[in-house]
Amino acid sequence: MLTNILDYLKHSTEKYGDKTAFSDSADSVTYRGLDVLSDSIASFLMTEIPGKNEPAAVLIDRNIQSVVSFMGIVKSGNFYVPVDSQLPPKRISLIFETLKPKAVIFSEKNRRLLESLDYEGTAVLYEDAAGFPPAREAIAARRRGAIDTDPLYAIFTSGSTGVPKGVVVSHRSVIDLIENFAQIFDFQEDCVFGNQAPFDFDVSVKDIYSTLKCGGRMHIIPKLFFSFPGKLITCINEQKINTIIWAVSALRIIENFQAFEKERPRTLRTIMFSGETMPCKVLNYWQQKLPDAHYVNLYGPTEITCNCTYYKVDRHFLDTDVLPIGIPFPNTDILLLDKNHLVTDPDVTGEICVRGTSLALGYYQNPGKTAEVFCQNPCNNNYPERIYRTGDLGRRGTDGLYYFLSRKDDQIKHMGHRIELGEVEAVISALPFIHAACCLYHEEKETIVLFYQSAEPCQRELMKEGGKILPKYMLPSRFVHFHSLPMTKNGKIDRTALKEDYL
Amino acid sequence: MREQLMEILKELRPDVDFEKEKALVSDGILDSFDIVSLVGELNAQFSIAIGVDELEPENFDTVDAIQALVSRLED
Repeated sequence: MLTNILDYLKHSTEKYGDKTAFSDSADSVTYRGLDVLSDSIASFLMTEIPGKNEPAAVLIDRNIQSVVSFMGIVKSGNFYVPVDSQLPPKRISLIFETLKPKAVIFSEKNRRLLESLDYEGTAVLYEDAAGFPPAREAIAARRRGAIDTDPLYAIFTSGSTGVPKGVVVSHRSVIDLIENFAQIFDFQEDCVFGNQAPFDFDVSVKDIYSTLKCGGRMHIIPKLFFSFPGKLITCINEQKINTIIWAVSALRIIENFQAFEKERPRTLRTIMFSGETMPCKVLNYWQQKLPDAHYVNLYGPTEITCNCTYYKVDRHFLDTDVLPIGIPFPNTDILLLDKNHLVTDPDVTGEICVRGTSLALGYYQNPGKTAEVFCQNPCNNNYPERIYRTGDLGRRGTDGLYYFLSRKDDQIKHMGHRIELGEVEAVISALPFIHAACCLYHEEKETIVLFYQSAEPCQRELMKEGGKILPKYMLPSRFVHFHSLPMTKNGKIDRTALKEDYL
Repeated sequence: MREQLMEILKELRPDVDFEKEKALVSDGILDSFDIVSLVGELNAQFSIAIGVDELEPENFDTVDAIQALVSRLED
């Protein structure tokens, strides 16, 4: 029985040792190379982290060194936390405050960033760790006593109180996901995955572990190419990429630019997307230009390990139609709940709740929030059984397929990112020159609109100071200044009035 | 035209000093979504059609380059 993702690496190294496993625009690594380098990293980490199941952060960029580091951390018996070096330093500090990583692996490029963080634990340069003498017996010894519900990674996501939450996911959940993917989507050793997602997004988990499982190759496509689709198409063709698991926003850019008018990708056969609702207009563009490829809509939040439902697109949709999110993966069950009551009738709205091995272990160092959304199944009073409440509203159609409708709360999907508007408000409101602030999302224009109260308009300062704490994609792009914001009778900012007047 | 272009850029990213930056794309100051919005605005306001061939980092690294691109397509 598979109990650890390292079994994927071991198996593929034995079978495909000299084959390239991961490549980026500068470098590549074979399965054997990955195995050897990660042994070294693990051996170094074991000298620094005596215990197991401790967090180690990776402050590297989108390149193969990151993947090697992940494997090294896992071999050391600990779990990895990818941290994007592009994030504002204050946000990284906030993550580190919660995480208290036992070690940080960094690259030379990020040395100054790391030094600015007041981090006092073990920090190791990637090259130093990767050159450490391997202690294979010690690595094998660490595996003893490891179980499949031990954590594999934690990924931080926006939290409504202003502090990011770390979703901790176990080996078992990832194995469950990857076995399903390989079988349902027929991933084989000839798969070449074109990685678009940054490593601190769990979309990349599917690329990395599908590659390791099936003995395929993953090519890391530079972020810049997604601004300049000509380069992107050339890259797909040169690398012979045949499988992409991308954010909807990345596919949308192609349609926005009408990028397939001249050159088209020649090797793509499986095109999968997730992260937000796929507009059928975009899907239709892709299908018209690449009619022979298979298209799959994937749905699910990080807390249930990437995806809980899928829909293989099997018919034509009008530009104005809503694409279904489909059916649950095997070994996953979807419950639609209206408060604590099960919704069984078709076309009736309920909160999408998930049952299964795919559930994350919870939020790191946050028992309160964990208990709130990873809770007892209200339909079962007989024994402990966890479900995850996604906060997404959905329905099951008469066609038996599930459909996503909207969010229950203030969480939005903006440019492929999952954002709690409450977090943006918390950060902006904390700025000394702001008296009060509230954010709304303009769906059609895809803009975060900020309504703020201050002595005088201060858009520039807002962008500057807000940008020190929030990632760029979380910053508002429209600003409305008030000397006094409209209030409800209960003394709260009147969001309904603002919505009516300004959106 | 320069003024109109600067207006568009300031609206897009009030936090960036466009006259100063010389590697807007190469340094990652403008990301893919900025480029999508910018191209949309340029197409609409100058009645041009920026195609895939013009979508090259060199054409967007400086305000001068963007201005040159727009002038070329206007003719």
